[in-house]
Amino acid sequence: MSPEFVLETRGLTKEFRGFTAVDSVDLRVQKGHIHALIGPNGAGKTTVFNLLSKFLAPTSGEIIYQGKPITGLQPNQIARLGLVRSFQISAVFGHMSVMENVRVALQRKLGNSFHFWKSERSLEALNERALQMLDEVGLLEFADTLTIELPYGRKRALELATTLALDPAVLLLDEPTQGMGGEDVEMVIGLVRRAAVGRTVLMVEHNLSVVSQLCDRITVLARGAILAEGDYASVSANPLVREAYLGSEAAVIEEAGA
Amino acid sequence: MTNLHIKQDSPVLPPQVVRERQQAAQRRKLWFYLALFGVALVAPLAVYPIFLMKLLCFALFACAFNLLLGYAGLLSFGHAAFFATGGYITGYLLSEYSGLGTELGILAGTLASAVLGLLFGLLAIRRQGIYFAMITLALAQLVFFIFVQAPFTGGENGLQGVPRGQLLGLFDLNDNLTLYYFVLAVFIVGFAVIQRTIHSPYGQVLKAIRENEPRAISLGYNVDAHKLLAFVISATLTGLAGSTKTVVFQLASLTDAHWHMSGEVILMTLLGGVGTVLGPVVGASVVVTLQSYLSNGPLGEWVHVILGVIFVTCVLLFRVGIVGWVLKLAKRNF
Ligand SMILES: Nc1ncnc2c1ncn2[C@@H]1O[C@H](COP(=O)(O)OP(=O)(O)OP(=O)(O)O)[C@@H](O)[C@H]1O
Ligand SMILES: [Mg+2]
Repeated sequence: MSPEFVLETRGLTKEFRGFTAVDSVDLRVQKGHIHALIGPNGAGKTTVFNLLSKFLAPTSGEIIYQGKPITGLQPNQIARLGLVRSFQISAVFGHMSVMENVRVALQRKLGNSFHFWKSERSLEALNERALQMLDEVGLLEFADTLTIELPYGRKRALELATTLALDPAVLLLDEPTQGMGGEDVEMVIGLVRRAAVGRTVLMVEHNLSVVSQLCDRITVLARGAILAEGDYASVSANPLVREAYLGSEAAVIEEAGA
Repeated sequence: MTNLHIKQDSPVLPPQVVRERQQAAQRRKLWFYLALFGVALVAPLAVYPIFLMKLLCFALFACAFNLLLGYAGLLSFGHAAFFATGGYITGYLLSEYSGLGTELGILAGTLASAVLGLLFGLLAIRRQGIYFAMITLALAQLVFFIFVQAPFTGGENGLQGVPRGQLLGLFDLNDNLTLYYFVLAVFIVGFAVIQRTIHSPYGQVLKAIRENEPRAISLGYNVDAHKLLAFVISATLTGLAGSTKTVVFQLASLTDAHWHMSGEVILMTLLGGVGTVLGPVVGASVVVTLQSYLSNGPLGEWVHVILGVIFVTCVLLFRVGIVGWVLKLAKRNF
């Protein structure tokens, strides 16, 4: 019994037609930590996220959340337990207004999602809270904008606001800074740091400077298996990790030269 | 223009301006619907009521179909089953029980379609895209063959001479004008149910699911159950349209259950503009009008070819359908 670990996997494995994308991973995420999952492209990070959030069923292994096995649950049930994910490709509701994006997340707790006979005015009680959440991520002025018209960085901020509207206990963030310029990256660092207060965060992140600024603990994944684990200093000093990263970079250079 | 200081293409407008614009749009919409209602009230003075009633029944059918395709993103290829079930049940009950009020006959047909919709939905809803279409088609074919064999449907002849009966024991529906206003009322109720559904707390979630299903799941919504509800509502209103059509024509036949009928409603919806409120009404009007004009003229045998050509042209030229295209033009010019 180790109650301080809010999320744990035991021997988590996922095979795609004989190809092992995730190879008996034992991951332990401590409560209150910002925990990074890093690794070269194709290491299996997104697949781990898909397993944790039940978007994929594991080939074998177990997932334990707050001391209880959740391996057999449906993805929407996981979300209701407070384990909420974001996506590598920004996931927003494009043809809804920015405010409605957040509101539809707040709406779930009202339990009126099947009420087709009521006016949508009954949702207006949530507007104030939604605007507040938008304000926290600097999107208040965009509240009435159609979401597809937002620039990319803002969409990611909106995604985070939507996720936080559920008040999750554990946040799974898949590359929140992917495809962002310097200013936006700074913004996301600030957002994650604030979001992490009183919560646990597990994030996939390629930008190592973000990892070093934010994360308490780092797990390095390579070819589906855990290669190293520890704080930033110990992980970055690990020769195996350096090799894994160099190896992939060397491959990229070779490809570019060919 | 009084608001020159606001950049037209800027996404950021003061909330107050946005509110005002929304309210103005609401008012314009209300007037537009009132005008349409006025036209519908006097239409039978100028146009043959039976034709108008046919139009209203198919418009309701297409609107119900559009709720599923346009707002839940589900392409059913089996809606003829619900249209026909409503028609057959209503036709059978009104023929067998002469004292039965017409409204009860229609209600029963509608309920039967709802139950069938639930059955279809439970079997099909987990499938995506083309598999969903295929399963609904297969189930509808099954229903078609049941109607061919079942004793109460009259086989190839169908149910003919279904009595129109009385509405609430008060109004004699054999009078075409009375029946017309009843059918208009049925259409308005069905249309209002769809409008409310789209603009309800449920409608918001449905929209979110259509926009990004994985994201809706990750927010904790049971996506399949929400889709199922849309399917059942759509099937129910389709049944209502079929039942009403049977009362109008005093006929329920295998034509209603044939997969051609499922295809026709897809055509109407796409032609008018999927995911638009009035698109299905316009699409149904165009198709029904063309059918009735062409089939009476020398080109009768070419109805399907002509409809096909119009359909292909529309889909190629304005993929968003007639109403979608008009809305686009309006947006660009105002
Ligand atoms: N549904 C799938 N079917 C087959 N193979 C898959 C599937 N999903 C992922 N894979 C494979 O599993 C491996 C791990 O993919 P994954 O997306 O988890 O990597 P990642 O670490 O997130 O990479 P990136 O940094 O590029 O996002 C890859 O080789 C990928 O091709
Ligand atoms: Mg990934």
